[in-house]
Amino acid sequence: MDWKSYDPNGYFDELICRDGTVRPPARQLIHYLESLPLEEIESRRQMAEVTIQEMGISFTVYTEEGNIDRAWLFDIVPRTIAAKQWHTIAAGLKQRLEALNLFINDLYHEQQVLKDGIIPAKIITESSNFRPECVGVTPPLGVWAHICGSDLVRDSDGEFYVLEDNLRVPSGVSYMLENRAITKRVLPELFEKEDILPVDDYCANLFDMLSALSPRATSKPVIVVLTPGIFNSAYFEHAFLAQQMGVELVEGSDLIVGEDDCVYMKTISGPERVDVIYRRIDDLFLDPLVFNEESVLGAPGLMRAWQKGKVALANAPGAGVADDKVVYAYVPEIIRYYLNEAPIIRNVETFLCHDPEQRSYVLENLDKLVVKPTNASGGYGMLIGPHSSKKEQAQFTKLILENPRNYIAQPTLALSTAPTLVAGGRLEPRHLDLRPFILQGRETHVTTGGLTRVAMKKGSLVVNSSQGGGSKDTWIVDGGEE
Amino acid sequence: MLSKVAERLYWAARYLERVENTARLVSVYDKLLFDLPREVNISWYSLVELNSASDLYGERYRVRNEHNVVKFILADATNPSSMLSALRLLRENIRTSRDVLPAESWEQINEFYLYAQNNIRLGINRSKRHEFLDQIVSRCQMLLGMLYGTMSHDEPWQFIKLGRDLERADMTTRILDAGAAALIEADGDTSVNLRQVVWGNVLRSASAYMSYRRTVRTSVNGADVAGYLLEDTHFPRSVEACLTQLKISASNLPQGQHVVGLIGDIEPNAYQITSEADLGEAFRDFLNELQIELGQLNNHISQTWFPA
Repeated sequence: MDWKSYDPNGYFDELICRDGTVRPPARQLIHYLESLPLEEIESRRQMAEVTIQEMGISFTVYTEEGNIDRAWLFDIVPRTIAAKQWHTIAAGLKQRLEALNLFINDLYHEQQVLKDGIIPAKIITESSNFRPECVGVTPPLGVWAHICGSDLVRDSDGEFYVLEDNLRVPSGVSYMLENRAITKRVLPELFEKEDILPVDDYCANLFDMLSALSPRATSKPVIVVLTPGIFNSAYFEHAFLAQQMGVELVEGSDLIVGEDDCVYMKTISGPERVDVIYRRIDDLFLDPLVFNEESVLGAPGLMRAWQKGKVALANAPGAGVADDKVVYAYVPEIIRYYLNEAPIIRNVETFLCHDPEQRSYVLENLDKLVVKPTNASGGYGMLIGPHSSKKEQAQFTKLILENPRNYIAQPTLALSTAPTLVAGGRLEPRHLDLRPFILQGRETHVTTGGLTRVAMKKGSLVVNSSQGGGSKDTWIVDGGEE
Repeated sequence: MLSKVAERLYWAARYLERVENTARLVSVYDKLLFDLPREVNISWYSLVELNSASDLYGERYRVRNEHNVVKFILADATNPSSMLSALRLLRENIRTSRDVLPAESWEQINEFYLYAQNNIRLGINRSKRHEFLDQIVSRCQMLLGMLYGTMSHDEPWQFIKLGRDLERADMTTRILDAGAAALIEADGDTSVNLRQVVWGNVLRSASAYMSYRRTVRTSVNGADVAGYLLEDTHFPRSVEACLTQLKISASNLPQGQHVVGLIGDIEPNAYQITSEADLGEAFRDFLNELQIELGQLNNHISQTWFPA
């Protein structure tokens, strides 16, 4: 395989420097790939494809013709990061989640942060993710967001930025683990030679974290994963995590809340009490008695059970209040306020449309900015300024003016790239991001690396798998310096 | 364990056994055609009748020839009990029970499903059919063997066994029925040779030929073959042995005693067989009765462990 023609087009490339030299953590990888003839590369690519089919790694896409189960799009060339650099990032992610949990707990109790004027109270009172039902509740360990998936990007300067923190039901961790499993089969030789840090402690850490939340002081709490069911796009992951942790995968219809306010699951020997629910359904579907009364995904009485401390929910209801792109803009302040520390990882510059001054800047610069709704995920409902038409810009002007609280804008980042295999066995740069997962219980753990998502289309910045994005294995390499 | 998971495992095992036995059933007919004198006429359509699927077949096909019948039995997606349909449902049940099954089972069923889908033509055309059906049977055995050898033999395994043995008992009655039906169809020609060919193939389809020879120690004849496949206590595919296993599984489960009692009411030896002459329509009616009783047992299992 030939690297001479590879050109990152002036973007920051994860593997190759601007002068064409190879970054240290990628040296062994590139050296090895160079030694493989084109046919061998192609056969490894095919091997990955077959492995994905056989391992049944898929995700569901909702279309007008019904739900389609699509095979996972995977690029065999890993993305490398030096361990030393990663340790700093991991410390930054821990800092961020710990501060956010203190913040959420404050919001549902004294609201000191609002009284001290760190954040305008209006932002919280007007947030559709603030749940009055949670006021006064103290979940186990005082932690609300136990599982967080933060999206990191690198700009043209190579620096890492946090793009958003997903505190509701972040998904993707199973793909991170499966990507490693595929790569071990496809490029086994490299794992012998290199110090690639393992990723597989995640499920054990998740299990320990969930156990620590049990309301009953028992050595073997009953933990379940609550899934909306087989038609959900992340069902694969729900089943994967339940299996890896050795816990039951349940749907709402398997659960009942008793008159004693405890949650039970229906088993072959009758009802059995449940201590901890890792729920993979949104707040509003948890309990038809409190939220969406049409919902059949949750269980009637679940909120009552949680409020009375009879069952732990991870993440806790209401944690999403901090997963809001307006709140995001204040995270550096939140870190300083609660921890009295300087933020380790930077935020992307963010313009808040509810502020008149910032709004007029946004409206004047729509063609340069990325506009996002404040509480949507999956890359939907966005305007990518430089790629947008006049008509789309006019439409967003209208949307922003109608509901300014609902929009933020950020500069268009020159997302970093990494070499990605394209037709004909050539390598071309493709843009990517990184989603590490952070667990907070008694301790806080960060995954080793995370899920690297790649925009497989040339020039595209959209990495979401629901919109044609793919992924790569992420190697944290010990010994390489950056 | 969750009732819903128990139900899925039970059905996964039933579908797995159904896939295997459908392949076995088609091979009875396939092998018969090699061995029979040309003037003997055996209709492939009996396979459709055996599966109680005449109405559905009538909606899909006009001509009752080998190609259509085999396609209907093995490949037809509109036939809910075709081999591919059963395999798809098996995969779906494994997919939704992945949290209690060994990780390899999901991988194996994917490989299996891809193989069957990609090679289904081999099963429909006669030239490679034998090889294809062999593959199907051995992949089923591989999956079951993997589960047997790697799963904890606790409650989930007991539900797999319940499903396996119930379906297996049912399919053994259908394989016997295939033999009886073939001979009734060939009526007039009752030469010893023909009967030997038919019953020999019935035994082979149940992988029972060798153990029959060693246990029964007589030539292959209808009365003994029927007796062996219905009543032998040791051969794992005989109806009696399946019922014994069903009792063991049920007694290992909570509230299983009631079901154990019901299993005891099923009597595979209730019909007297003394000679070949007893294997006519009355015998087929008896097999049909057994199938109905097994169906009722299925309902009791559902009511006991996975009520709606």
